[in-house]
Amino acid sequence: MALSTGTTLVYLFAAALFIFGIRLLRSPQTARAGNLVAAVGMFVAFVVTFFEFPAEALTLVLIAVVVGLGSAVGGVIAVRVPMTSMPQFVAAFNGVGGGAAALIGFSEFYEIQLAGGDENLVILLFIFFSILVGGLSFAGSVIAFVKLEELAFGGSVTFPGQKVVNAGLFVLAIALMVTVLAGGPVPVLFAGILLALALLLGVLLVIPIGGADMPIVISLLNAFTGVAAAASGMALGNTVLIIAGALVGASGTILTYLMSNALGRPLSKILFGAVAAAGTGAAAGDGEEKPVTSGGADDVAATLAYDADSVIFIPGYGLAVAQAQGAIADLMRTLEAQGKDVKFAIHPVAGRMPGHMNVLLAEADVPAEKMFDLEDINDQFAETDAVVIVGANDVVNPTAREDGDNPIAGMPILNADHAKRVVIVKRSLSPGFAGIDNPLFYDQDKTMMLFSDAKQGLEGVTQSVKNQG
Amino acid sequence: MAAEILSQLVVLVLAIALGFELISRVPTLLHTPLMSATNAIHGIVVVGALVIVLTAEDTLTKVLGLVAVFFGAVNVVGGFIVTNRMLEMFRGGSRRKRG
Repeated sequence: MALSTGTTLVYLFAAALFIFGIRLLRSPQTARAGNLVAAVGMFVAFVVTFFEFPAEALTLVLIAVVVGLGSAVGGVIAVRVPMTSMPQFVAAFNGVGGGAAALIGFSEFYEIQLAGGDENLVILLFIFFSILVGGLSFAGSVIAFVKLEELAFGGSVTFPGQKVVNAGLFVLAIALMVTVLAGGPVPVLFAGILLALALLLGVLLVIPIGGADMPIVISLLNAFTGVAAAASGMALGNTVLIIAGALVGASGTILTYLMSNALGRPLSKILFGAVAAAGTGAAAGDGEEKPVTSGGADDVAATLAYDADSVIFIPGYGLAVAQAQGAIADLMRTLEAQGKDVKFAIHPVAGRMPGHMNVLLAEADVPAEKMFDLEDINDQFAETDAVVIVGANDVVNPTAREDGDNPIAGMPILNADHAKRVVIVKRSLSPGFAGIDNPLFYDQDKTMMLFSDAKQGLEGVTQSVKNQG
Repeated sequence: MAAEILSQLVVLVLAIALGFELISRVPTLLHTPLMSATNAIHGIVVVGALVIVLTAEDTLTKVLGLVAVFFGAVNVVGGFIVTNRMLEMFRGGSRRKRG
């Protein structure tokens, strides 16, 4: 259906606002304005649609009710959710978007069949695409949410022949599409089966993926929903959907690529390597018990209070899980009160998503000037007296500098081992996501292990520093 | 009809190219907010869902469309507010110190 000139121009304006908004999001000073600009674009596109397609009063009332309900649900969740569980709610918002795209595809297909089924093949192809990708994104996001909220499917859920089943389902989906495109019987039923297949595929693709890779999967599903939105825009002939969906599809793909690179985990390995990864993980602990230097909160506090003028904190996943951002900020203030120089070194994938750690620390009132990216701080470790690593492992593992086929070879790491002293607050010696040992743990002259939950450990150290100071 | 689809394809391809260009150099600090903001922007499906409801010829599509409108509204409103919350923290950091 062709849009009126007025609507097309307003849609174009909305699309420009999205582009300008994303541009503003590239710098911390203007990011918030960028988000607002994009939201205005959304509002404009939403409102003008009512002028393009006049409808009877009852329909408008129904829409008002549903929009009100949806806004209330989304708004309340967004305001209430604690920042530590933010990744799963991004997944949830993403999932409903994918679901909407799938429903749009299916509805449009149904209407076309009602009207006699005459439609351009390209349009039909995009309709199927929005059903398949949107449905997959919906189901995959639901599973990601369930996993991150730790409701079910903990760890990596695998079963024999998983890849064969996935491939089989995918081929079946393609076969269904081809049948319908070739004018086969009962097209609506087939489209329904396609939607069901997409949902099943979404579930099967995400259940084998472990919690650590979840941010990458969410980013990928975010890109998928963008693609599904663009496909549904093609189906409806709606330019603002095409542009906005394509922007998100492309940017989400780049973001996913950046993340998986920073983790040293190629995407193909994450999506298809679950079974193999489980195998190497078990083999990682080579059985023998190696000695470490471990200490209590008082020992760590003594090191920091007497032997260190400059301290760098390296917060990791464990800190995010233990919600210890407040505790580490307290320790920062305590050490600063004693005249010490304290900085934070933030690995690109610290926490659960790139930038997630910055958000958490900002929430605990750590000034942005104290948070340093890997490139900006890596040369400073050599002149630093003490490094405190909290709940991080792979991102400081010197093994990554070695060549060879260890899982993290080539991954950029923080040079914590260059500092004079290293304190590691961690619950156990267990390997990180990559499933390999960290030689830094066993450097008995340099490293002191504080075996503790991140929050309790840091609170203990802070208390002890105060007592000694 | 074919000409219309062709021009849609042109728009699609250009938008994809622009999306790649737009994102490439962003500080890590902003990756999560950026993901969250683009997550809100694909809430544009709410407009597609609206079109379905407003032009529905059949009760089934109207109902499915309304469900999609609900989903889209959750996506848009939740997405933008959560992004705003994240970005607010960066700005507030040092100023909020002692209320």
